[in-house]
Formats: sequence, structure tokens, C-alpha cells
Amino acid sequence: MEKSFQNSGLAGQHVAEPDAIQMDGCDGANGQKKAEGFTGNVKYLLVGVVFGIVFVKAEIVSWFRIQEMFRLDSFHMYGVIGSAVVVGLLSIWLIRRFNIKTLSGEQVSIADKVFDKGQIYGGVLFGIGWAITGACPGPLFAQIGAGYAAVAVTLLSAIAGTWVYGLIRARLPH
Amino acid sequence: MDIIEYLRKPWPWYVAGPLIGLTVPILLLLGNKSFGISSSFRHICAAVIPANLPFFKYNWRKEVWNLFFVAGIVIGGFVGNFVLGNPEAIVVADDTRQSLAALGVTDFSGLMPNDIFAFSNVFSLKGLIFFVLGGFLVGFGTRYAGGCTSGHAIMGLSNLQWPSLVATVSFMVGGFASTHLLLPFLVDLVK
Repeated sequence: MEKSFQNSGLAGQHVAEPDAIQMDGCDGANGQKKAEGFTGNVKYLLVGVVFGIVFVKAEIVSWFRIQEMFRLDSFHMYGVIGSAVVVGLLSIWLIRRFNIKTLSGEQVSIADKVFDKGQIYGGVLFGIGWAITGACPGPLFAQIGAGYAAVAVTLLSAIAGTWVYGLIRARLPH
Repeated sequence: MDIIEYLRKPWPWYVAGPLIGLTVPILLLLGNKSFGISSSFRHICAAVIPANLPFFKYNWRKEVWNLFFVAGIVIGGFVGNFVLGNPEAIVVADDTRQSLAALGVTDFSGLMPNDIFAFSNVFSLKGLIFFVLGGFLVGFGTRYAGGCTSGHAIMGLSNLQWPSLVATVSFMVGGFASTHLLLPFLVDLVK
């Protein structure tokens, strides 16, 4: 525990230098320059709440829906992901076209994804896990909230998997 | 009221999909945040067990919004199931039902099959495979791929990133292979 404080403290002091996230990129990155406090972060919690409700109500959290998708027995999941991408595409296009700024007046910035072989190897491994657990990371959190307590084990294991990746990263093909 | 009754029914894809898609501009405009969820696993590692690994050496506090976001998803999951829960059983496609029944999955009463996801299964071979192994692959794979269904398939494709298309195709390849080749074997193993 002490170690973790030391580390994060260290990282905190050297914000000017690129840290691990800036070097290798990460999904879900924070592009905002202005720092936000606890209350500022609560708005993301609220977005998460709505998002979690949608996950349950559209039954995306259901193991059965994922099975239907991989058995090509239902259009549901393809419809969800497909229409989400269409709306996302249009939104980003509109933001760029009309140069819409963020709440704090900053230019919207989205980091480009850089190709590496991990997207293939890691992608296949994740796909295998997706079909077994019936959950990608988002629904995992929603399933726990929905009362499937056993999924907490899946979540802990996913965190362990991420940690092991961090441990052996240098030895993996990228 | 009627509206609650209406909301309790399962939401069709053309309602849920666009709402999920709207998360992309909402997060961008609220505070320049790129939509992504598997990143939360990395931040949890960085905050709790960084163990001096370079991969976890960064200022996770700057990314803490992501942890607020996933905490919200847990709360949303609770509200979705206990406040707005569907009183009826889930409708599973006939073909999937038959394929699963042939594998021995016969409980179609909830969102998840109790044959597998009952809490009492945690400390069994079933738990080891479906929770521990499955979860490990999700965490390891998404980080190796640099994102999951949200970070790559939705955020990346929305931003026309071809590496995200590669990742998305790989997710699907893994999922199809797992469902049709691996799952029958795994279910048989834990019978």
C-alpha cells in the first residue's frame, strides 16, 4: 500500500513528463487540460448511471444475448453496436464540422489509435473471454449492480488479467 | 404510472444503440473524455497494485473520471434490474435456446443462466472456468488490444480508426471460435 502511494505521488510530481498513459495511449483517455475535483467528476458518474440502465434494459448484460450474437440467431446486438457507431460517427463529425467546444471551452481532442499486433492477439483473447463470460468490461460492472454477485469474481480476475499483461508486456509481440 | 410500466419492458436495439452512441459526444463535450471502459481495470491496477511496473506508472488521479463512470454503471445496473426490472422472463431466440439446451444450459429465467452464474458455483470448476478464466481473458485481452467493445468498436470506429476495425474483427473472431469450438468442450468439462 505504501508503495502505491509513493508511485502515484511520484507520477503526480512529474506531470510535465509524458507518463505511461501518454507514451502508450489508452482507451478512455482524459484529454482535458483543466483539472476536475470530486464534484466535477460526479457528472461522469451520472452518465455512467444512465449507461448502466441502458445496458440492463437492452439486455446487453445478458449472457444469452451474447450467445445469440455469436450464434447469429438474433440481430439485437448487431443493431445495438451498429446504431451506436452510426450515432457516434455522426456526433464526432458534427463536433468537428461546427468546431463545438467542451463545457470548459477546450477544443475536443481524440487521440488516434496506433496499430500494433496486440489488437489482433489481444482482440482474439478478449473475444474468447467475451463468449465465456457473456460480458465485455462495461456489462461486467452492470451485472454486479444487477445483483449477480458471482460476477465480482470475474471482475477481480479481469483486473488480475490486466495486471499480468502489465507484468509481461515487454515479452509479448506487439 | 404508465411510463414506468413502459420503461420496464426490454428496450429495443434502435433505442439502446443510439443512447450508447450518444455517450461518445456527451463524454467529449462534458470534459474531453474519450469513451472507454477497460481502461478502468488499468487505473485500478495503477492505484492499488502498481508494483513498480512501468505500465502502471502514471498519474491515475488524472484518469479518475473513468472510475466514477464505471461506479455509475454499477449503480445503473442496480436501478435497471431492481427499479426498472422486466417482470417477464427474458425472450431468448429459439435456435440459441435449442443449442444451449443441447449443451445442458436449461435455466432461461433470468438475464444470466443460473446453471452457470449462481453464486454457489464460485468455488467449483465451473467458477474457475466461467469466472476466473473468462474474466482473466477479458482483462488481459482488452489491455493487450488497447481497448474493448466501447474503446475500439464504438469510440474507435466512430472516429474512423482502422486499428479499431482490426481489433473489432479480432473480438468477433475470438467470440465465434469460443462459442462454437471451445464452449461445448468447457460445458462438457464442468457437467
